[in-house]
Amino acid sequence: MSTSTEIACLTVNGDRREIGVPTHFTLLEALRYVMGLTGSKQGCDKGDCGACTVILDGEPTLSCLTPVWEAEGREVTTVEGLASADAPHPLQDAFDLNGAAQCGFCTPGILCSAAVLLDKSPSPTREQIREALSGNLCRCTGYTKIYDAVEAAAATLRNGAHGS
Amino acid sequence: MAPNTKSDLEFIGTPMRKVEGLDKSTGRALYTDDLVFPRMLHGKILRSPHPHARIVSIDTDAAEALDGVHGVVTGRDMPTTYGIIPWTPDEYPLCVDRVRYVGDGVAAVAAVDEDTAVRALGLIDVEYEVLPPFLDPYKALEADGSTPYVHAAKKEGWNGNITKKVNLEFGEVDESMDASDVVVEGEYFFEGTTHAPIEPHCAIGLWQAGGGFKGSGGESSGKLTVWSATQVPHYLHRELARVLGVDQAHVRVLQPLVGGAFGGKSEPFDLEFCVSKLSMITGRPVKILYTREEVFYAHRGRHPFYMKYRTGATADGRLTSVDAQTLLDGGAYASFGLVTTYYSGQLLCAPYQMAAYRFDSTRVYTNKPACGPKRGHGSVQPRFAFEVQIDKLSERVGLDPIEFRRRNFIGSDTRTINELRVTSNGFMECLESVERASAWQERFRKLPFGHGLGIAGSTYITGTNYPIYPNEMPQSGVQMQVDRSGRVSVFSGASEIGQGCDSMVAYIAAEELGVPLDYVRVLRGDTDFTPVDLGAYSSRVTFMVGNAAIDAARKLRDMVQQAVAEHWEVRPGEVLLAGGLALWAPDTERHMHIKKAFNLAEEKFGTLGSTGSYNTPKDVHGDYRGGTIGSSPAYSFTAHVAEVEVDVETGVVEVKKIWVAHDCGRALNPVLVEGQMEGSAYMGFGEALMEEQVFKDADHGMAGLHDAPSLLDYRIPTSLDTPELQALIVESIDPEGPYGAKEAGEGPLHPSIPAIANAIYDAVGVRMDRLPFTPPNVWREIAAAREAYTLRKPVAPSGVAAPALAPEPVPGD
Repeated sequence: MSTSTEIACLTVNGDRREIGVPTHFTLLEALRYVMGLTGSKQGCDKGDCGACTVILDGEPTLSCLTPVWEAEGREVTTVEGLASADAPHPLQDAFDLNGAAQCGFCTPGILCSAAVLLDKSPSPTREQIREALSGNLCRCTGYTKIYDAVEAAAATLRNGAHGS
Repeated sequence: MAPNTKSDLEFIGTPMRKVEGLDKSTGRALYTDDLVFPRMLHGKILRSPHPHARIVSIDTDAAEALDGVHGVVTGRDMPTTYGIIPWTPDEYPLCVDRVRYVGDGVAAVAAVDEDTAVRALGLIDVEYEVLPPFLDPYKALEADGSTPYVHAAKKEGWNGNITKKVNLEFGEVDESMDASDVVVEGEYFFEGTTHAPIEPHCAIGLWQAGGGFKGSGGESSGKLTVWSATQVPHYLHRELARVLGVDQAHVRVLQPLVGGAFGGKSEPFDLEFCVSKLSMITGRPVKILYTREEVFYAHRGRHPFYMKYRTGATADGRLTSVDAQTLLDGGAYASFGLVTTYYSGQLLCAPYQMAAYRFDSTRVYTNKPACGPKRGHGSVQPRFAFEVQIDKLSERVGLDPIEFRRRNFIGSDTRTINELRVTSNGFMECLESVERASAWQERFRKLPFGHGLGIAGSTYITGTNYPIYPNEMPQSGVQMQVDRSGRVSVFSGASEIGQGCDSMVAYIAAEELGVPLDYVRVLRGDTDFTPVDLGAYSSRVTFMVGNAAIDAARKLRDMVQQAVAEHWEVRPGEVLLAGGLALWAPDTERHMHIKKAFNLAEEKFGTLGSTGSYNTPKDVHGDYRGGTIGSSPAYSFTAHVAEVEVDVETGVVEVKKIWVAHDCGRALNPVLVEGQMEGSAYMGFGEALMEEQVFKDADHGMAGLHDAPSLLDYRIPTSLDTPELQALIVESIDPEGPYGAKEAGEGPLHPSIPAIANAIYDAVGVRMDRLPFTPPNVWREIAAAREAYTLRKPVAPSGVAAPALAPEPVPGD
């Protein structure tokens, strides 16, 4: 197998960049191993665990199943792109306060799924949260603290305490 | 007040952030695979396709000749066995002449990138002489040597498939059984399950050749640095040095944050040796990241247990005699198996008193991935059997199963029948807590057919009293220093695997030295600058590292109090450190900033630093062979009630809710304790209903092949599967724990499984004695019950013993 490298043009967390990537690379490999954005995690490399979830044009997307070329011309947001310069995203803060991240390895993907949920449903029910996170496996928490954190962040966002 | 607590707690016992919490939620946190080094090579391991075979030859020439390949190693490059238990080293970093399971490593390559490494593996030619595999543990046990055993015989009279036998008896089991009013017999099966941390194992090795400093004796000519997602950096440190022939003083192990472990990263693995050796050969850093499939084959998870229990009681519900026989299916290597075999019996003797107890456990090797310690090591399986036995006994004597458990409560400040010292014990409060929260009295045996409640209890160790290799040194050490800015640095060798131990030492430093939490820095995960801690296993960390941290902090606190007292011309005992201040207790208007207090202390004593350590009490177990195994400075206690709904047409069990009451001694941070309790109950739930680490036999594909080595097919619970979990903290304030704390990370897993089994019985009158409770397995039992006309709501306890007290007929008698 010979590996050829081509230029991909990606917009990640608002930065437009051209990178050289082997043609078979996934978006996850490009993020982690070419762009140095190691926040997105690889847990299974086959779309089962959700640790690699990023936001692609506003939708939670498994970056380990997405060829890097499919992300060209689209908006990619990773966990590193959720925070503003002066404060973490309310979800990120709520995950910390509520003990929603134990080992933290699934956390970046869960945050991306949860951020999309809160964009679409500012006041989600617990059932909606369970549904929205059902593609993200967490092996530590039993999910309860994660629900608490998402609900707390939703309240913060509704109250406008964090602007955006 | 116990020596290791204090009055007026400021931090301890309150909800707090974790020191690395925001790093984890912002993506800044670095795990091993996030690290990249200049000139780094990528390694891959070639694995056996056969469950049992001799290696006739390995030809690596073509792989070595491939462009981009920098190094290839085989078993002959590292011909020293290792093993986490010093008495049973039976693994090579790569197999030398025999492979023992599908997935056993035979060669490794380092190349410029992963693609090239994978291609090189395909060019390695291994000639095997295939041997018949042992897949069934009973066949392994009964083997007569007509085909090669998995290993050489360990003892005369044992076949080579036997790892360990333990047979211990306390009291007069047979007499006591015969004298019992009621005897219940049962056969139970606990299927193997695996940890499935979301982070796959990963390691990076860096060999730096040269040096030969004066005084080194010319023996060493390099330094080895290994980064690894391990939960036992100290044991890894020792084994790397021994196997690779490098002076331990020249080996450094770094532990980045670990993305989940649960016991699955608690011994050295092939990749750590391979990255080291490949770096020695190539002179470049080498990384190996397991694929998810490799994680399933690396395993070391829950042993399948085949258990036979006889349990007797008096008519008024007192446990008289417990007789257990267990066969453990160990897989290809010993791992922690010696300990597992003891734990299969030793940890059953609380929270209930029993007049006599015997267990007879045998662990056998089979040609499958090695089993080892998974959360609740060796005691989750017997606890399932025993708590179902108790449910059956309760029914036989006409008692509510919670009342039955109360009657047999062992108490606090006592010894178990196998002579383990029990100090604090909040089990009664746990029972009361779940009884109340679940509205047990109004609902047990009273819900409509198909709906049920079940109860189970358990105990677990808070660390092992004895380290894995015999030594008298502390089990845990912590070092602290204070800076002129007021900052406190804590050097901790504890293994942060998500449970919060880095935060725990920070909470203690803040509590004892009176600084704000964000004045504390935890410097961790590096054997070059942290004192030894033995690792994150056996639920030892909060107790042992916590006590070491208190010891270190109080030495600093004493110096600061002395210096401030001298400055104010008061007694040191009158100086308080709290809220970022040093205060004069009689009149707190008199105070100074903590930074000023630290500066006064530095003026008086010079540069400020301290070390603290903890070692276990050694007189807390019986004086018999194996009596030390299972002994712990403290025991946690747990009770669960599970509520289920069973669909008798499909066999689908839905767990609606689990109430989890756990005696953790004291909750240092209740948020983290609840997280451990919920996570434990979740994991037990998954084992009860969904998870099976199983392998194909020759009739169903290739023998020894994992049935489902992916996170899709090995079904761990998603958010939609997981029931509602309610954590109910019980605090017994242990006399020796840090501020009274005991463990919370493993104990609360145990009762999930029997509580669900007992709830299924309450729902439909069907006993589930074999795991997992998947729809086909449950449906089969329901169908059998329907045929036997026993598919019905069980009768509510009468409160008095059933009139017919003769022992139940023994199956097969």
